[in-house]
Amino acid sequence: MATTQLTREKHLELYYFMRLNRELENQMVRLFRQNKIVGGLYPSLGQEAISVGTAYALGPGDWIAPMIRNIGSLLVRGFKPRDVITQHMALATSPTKGKDGTSHFGDLYSRHVVAPTSMLGDLIPVMAGIAMAGRYLGQNIVTMTWIGDGGTSTGVFHEGLNLAAVQKAPFVLIVENNQWAYSTPTDKQSALRDLADRAKAYGMKSFIVDGNDVLAVERTTREAVAFARAGNGPVLIEAKTMRMLGHAQHDAAEYVPKELLASWKKSDPLDRFEKLLTEKKIWDAKTKKEIDERVVREIREDVEFAENSPVPAPETAEEGVYCEGCHAIDAEWKRPKEEVMPPRSSVKAEWPLKSIAGNGTRPAAAKKTAIKTKAAKKPARSVARAKAGR
Amino acid sequence: MAETTYLEAIRQAMSEEMDRDPAVVLIGEDVGVYGGAFKTSEGLLARFGWERVIDTPISESAIVGAAVGMSYAGLRPIAEMQFIDFIACAFNMITNYAAKSHYRWGAPVPIVLRGPCGGGVHGGMFHSANPEMYFVHTPGLKVVCPSTAYDAKGLLKSAVRDNNPVLFFEHKYLYRRIKEELPVGDFTVPIGKAVVRREGRDLTIVSYAAMMHTSLEAAAELAKEGIEAEVIDLRTLLPLDSETILSSVRKTNKLLVVHEDTRTGGIAGEIAAIVTEKAFEDLDGPIRRVTSLDTPVPYAPGLEEYFMPNTAKVVRAARELAKY
Repeated sequence: MATTQLTREKHLELYYFMRLNRELENQMVRLFRQNKIVGGLYPSLGQEAISVGTAYALGPGDWIAPMIRNIGSLLVRGFKPRDVITQHMALATSPTKGKDGTSHFGDLYSRHVVAPTSMLGDLIPVMAGIAMAGRYLGQNIVTMTWIGDGGTSTGVFHEGLNLAAVQKAPFVLIVENNQWAYSTPTDKQSALRDLADRAKAYGMKSFIVDGNDVLAVERTTREAVAFARAGNGPVLIEAKTMRMLGHAQHDAAEYVPKELLASWKKSDPLDRFEKLLTEKKIWDAKTKKEIDERVVREIREDVEFAENSPVPAPETAEEGVYCEGCHAIDAEWKRPKEEVMPPRSSVKAEWPLKSIAGNGTRPAAAKKTAIKTKAAKKPARSVARAKAGR
Repeated sequence: MAETTYLEAIRQAMSEEMDRDPAVVLIGEDVGVYGGAFKTSEGLLARFGWERVIDTPISESAIVGAAVGMSYAGLRPIAEMQFIDFIACAFNMITNYAAKSHYRWGAPVPIVLRGPCGGGVHGGMFHSANPEMYFVHTPGLKVVCPSTAYDAKGLLKSAVRDNNPVLFFEHKYLYRRIKEELPVGDFTVPIGKAVVRREGRDLTIVSYAAMMHTSLEAAAELAKEGIEAEVIDLRTLLPLDSETILSSVRKTNKLLVVHEDTRTGGIAGEIAAIVTEKAFEDLDGPIRRVTSLDTPVPYAPGLEEYFMPNTAKVVRAARELAKY
């Protein structure tokens, strides 16, 4: 396991969130079997260290857009088990009041959590846009989203990352490589050995991290977030892990080789972290018992809350298609507005040579031609001059 | 006072909104230094700077997605599609992400997606589209199709100030062909309100965008024959102003819908359904349509002319309808 500068309290908090993530999902499996979950249930067993460790590395003003297996990041961001449970049970008390299910919810105004859709990759340009807006407003924020190995094959993954990169948006993408996109293994998604290499195509910084080591995940993400926040551009982190259950509750995942699951089971992120906490004497049996009991209690209370919640009134189906003044649109300015208003905003509408003197401006073709001709020296000098002139 | 073109009206609306509110930014392909493929945003970069006029890669999904994200942070971005045909590349981001955002999790998306639509300029089938009905069929969006310089300016200002994703289709045939004197100072035109452009008693012609002008020309021709057509300009397709249509039909008892969009699934079908549901007793004849053919927009000028409605086709249909 990686070492870290985190305090004892933060170690224990990481454990609390990972344990809460796992026990909450175990509880929802029970609710699913009782036929109380309306739609699908998408497990993150074995991936808790990624959801928790990445979200934990962010600051309070930062934004996240969790994907469907990132319940842990919702919990880190302050959502309660009841939000997750009522949402899956489609109740009137759910964050979307029964309008949408699973972890398709968010909180624009206080937690800065953006709701996902089922269309993979969409969140990348959305979060790049928030990052660009945050920079424009002087907020010094970073935005983050997650995507699976399969999601990296989408067109909008490319479009979004490329835009984020050319804009140097303060954005971090976690590629959660759990090796399976439904039934399709990663080598049928991409010919790359490491999905982190996708970052090279965009001129982006990237990291690879052991996704089952929560401290390594947290530390790597913290470094990436600092890099992005400093204005160096977006970062991609590939967290390597394994989806330990099927795509969703209905899927027995018989297509996954048993020996692969067996080997990854030995690397369970909670088992590993518990071992470290014990070996480093960060906790004792009593502390662990207290946290575990707190988790059980909180989930029990929230299941009770959910089971006593009403279903939404049918006619509310018609409400809320449009925002007709029900929400305020207020940008939080952290810089003087005068900076972006004329006359201070006015510029010469020309591309500065310095900004475009990257790929494409070097007369490489002329150089190649020159090598083939007898008068090779003369054009070569002009190439040298062009280089010097930049 | 100088007259303002439809295109200049759009440029003025953007510039004035950006002057009014620093939360308004423009994002799209070639909108900055070049000033847009049609020069709609000319001068905006010089005035508002690199942070507010953003040239992007050729990535329509990312343009729309980034605009949605910016709006979540409280900005009011205007995103340009260089030709509206390319809006198809961003279809998922618009219909699944932006349109459903407020309904499903209460997150408003105050963005404007605007761009040049329409045929009659020999642009071929990838530069002449009228894709409005894909989006009229999507709850959560608003769809605006202005026909005059005044409306273009006033509706675009309303679109920028709206809390929802507004698709703003600028008919490129009108960009430099029509102009009018505009009032000095700030004015808006409300989204969702149609307007009666010409009053008449014999039949109602409902239209919008460039075909509104064709319909007015036809009405002038018809008047020479003693047929007085009332011409309604929809201005907004979603939400549709049914009341203005219904009150006109109750007066004239006959309805002709004219649009440049292709026939099957065009707004004429929806309007016909509304009128038969709500004003069947008032009808004295069949509801008629003059539309483009159910084909892609052909390239050769002769083919395109055959494909699209024109004044003669509208006059012919109106004359037949007036006989009932």
